[in-house]
Amino acid sequence: MAKTLPMTMTEKILAAHAGKKYVAPGDLIDAKIDFALGNDITAPLAIQAFNEIGVKKVFHRDRIALVADHFTPAKDILSADNCKTLRDFAKAHRITYFFEAGEAGIEHALLPEQGLVLPGNVVIGADSHTCTYGALGAFATGVGSTDLAGVMATGRLWFKVPETIQLIYHGRINPWVSGKDFILYTIGDIGVDGALYQAMEFCGEAIRKLPMSSRFTMANMAIEAGGKNGIFEPDEVTLGFIKPRAKRPFRIYRTDPEAHYSAIREYDVSKIFPQVSLPHLPSNAKDVREVGRIEIDQVVIGSCTNGHLDDLRVAARILRGKKIAPSVRLIIIPATPTIYRQALKEKLFEVFLSAGAVISPPTCGPCLGGHMGVIAQGERAVSTTNRNFRGRMGHAKSEVYLAGPAVAAASAVKGRICHPEEVVRRK
Amino acid sequence: MKLEGRVWKFGPDIDTDAIIPARYLNLVDANQLARHAMEDERPEFIKEVKPGDILVAGKNFGCGSSREHAPLALKFAGISCIIAKSFARIFYRNSFNQGVPLFESSEAAEAIQEGDQVCVDMSTGEIEDLTLGKKFFAKPIPPFMQELINDGGLIPHLQKGGRDKTQESSVSGC
Repeated sequence: MAKTLPMTMTEKILAAHAGKKYVAPGDLIDAKIDFALGNDITAPLAIQAFNEIGVKKVFHRDRIALVADHFTPAKDILSADNCKTLRDFAKAHRITYFFEAGEAGIEHALLPEQGLVLPGNVVIGADSHTCTYGALGAFATGVGSTDLAGVMATGRLWFKVPETIQLIYHGRINPWVSGKDFILYTIGDIGVDGALYQAMEFCGEAIRKLPMSSRFTMANMAIEAGGKNGIFEPDEVTLGFIKPRAKRPFRIYRTDPEAHYSAIREYDVSKIFPQVSLPHLPSNAKDVREVGRIEIDQVVIGSCTNGHLDDLRVAARILRGKKIAPSVRLIIIPATPTIYRQALKEKLFEVFLSAGAVISPPTCGPCLGGHMGVIAQGERAVSTTNRNFRGRMGHAKSEVYLAGPAVAAASAVKGRICHPEEVVRRK
Repeated sequence: MKLEGRVWKFGPDIDTDAIIPARYLNLVDANQLARHAMEDERPEFIKEVKPGDILVAGKNFGCGSSREHAPLALKFAGISCIIAKSFARIFYRNSFNQGVPLFESSEAAEAIQEGDQVCVDMSTGEIEDLTLGKKFFAKPIPPFMQELINDGGLIPHLQKGGRDKTQESSVSGC
């Protein structure tokens, strides 16, 4: 029998879910969906559309998560109404995974932590950062509310098989550099549409040294390069994370050695230093030592990008025994209740509170200018979030500088954007 | 089907926060969302936009969030179609699902100017700038997608008994 043509991981996962032996970039396929996600902003429109389709039941009550995480705890009456829409729908359809209040975390940290999204899965979410789950070796992509409604009704969705770009990272990782710096540097290199419609496959020996938190951060921001998905080949780090928590059996897919890539880019990470993306595009990435003197009003450490326990630990390492600058407001947002509890246990909150930080419950909040730290006209924020578009965190004439947790914490101490080494001598 | 309207011109990388700022995402009513379309980007847009008007933009239009509120707000503001050098992927899917046709043409996106009167033929992909007297061509919209647009989007299309033939199509992008 003839051997099948070589495929990338993304192509293999899509082929398997479309019941095909082989797919090629450009093929339009109808794929089975393993897991679907909606939140308090996107699910109300999806529920409206679902009801209009006129289907009586959701495709699978254990394969849908509804997470109230964006404008929650409800910031106003309309947001409370939207949460109620989710709650009522979850109840009516006996949806197993409805998360709110003390059970809710930021969706893209919460679902992996709960073992609901797994290697080899096809996951869609009505949220652009759904691509985060690619860190586990899943095909995961963001869609709109109508597509989510269709999936809730049928468990299937059509896709165009994307081309894959291979991004190879090798060399020694510099102090205070994390996955956030890798991905900002990469977006700075290829641009905000550098991977438009394409899969971004992250690999190389420097990637294998990264903890899951950094891999989630990188996959999370694939969308900021226009990517359809970001993906990592599962290794022992992945399995160490997912095995103890997986709620279902899963399968691992690996790229064939001869697979075709639309482009290959290589990075020597020994040349990547802590990065900052200047307003108003994530691609405006620069070495932190090259940005000059930029005074700041607020620092946010959190979000689906950098609200992981590792991120809080890095921030605490810098803030321990220090006070933030009097002119700065520091807001720290652990991404999930589990992370929150663990940070409490490790006494990180003691460090943050002594430094003068505010600790928020898990919420997307300020990342999208929702609440819990919206900024005023003329203000500047350093944020570990994923977007610095005009007006993203508040007033149209405010500015967001994207960075990793180390730069963010150090900048809070200095009151201006700075390298972590200006605050802490050695890692 | 032909769409004719006056042009609003925008630059590259217009993100979904520019199209509909996140502070309005607690709204679900399309008419209310439309009142805030492009509010921070072009405050005069919503006061002056007329039914049938056309957006023309640079590359990567609609980048950022997956919020379907973005094409929904533009549709209810009266925008009949969008011509750009390229579109962000999720915005592309969402727009067709909402019944807003998109056309990719770098030449048209370069040449067409703010305020020009433009006529677009969905079935041939012909874009005519009536002010400049110039014609451009984008990929035509396949017949079943035109049906979907005529019905007002995917959901009304399905309600009317239209088959979901998207998997048989050759839609660009996505």
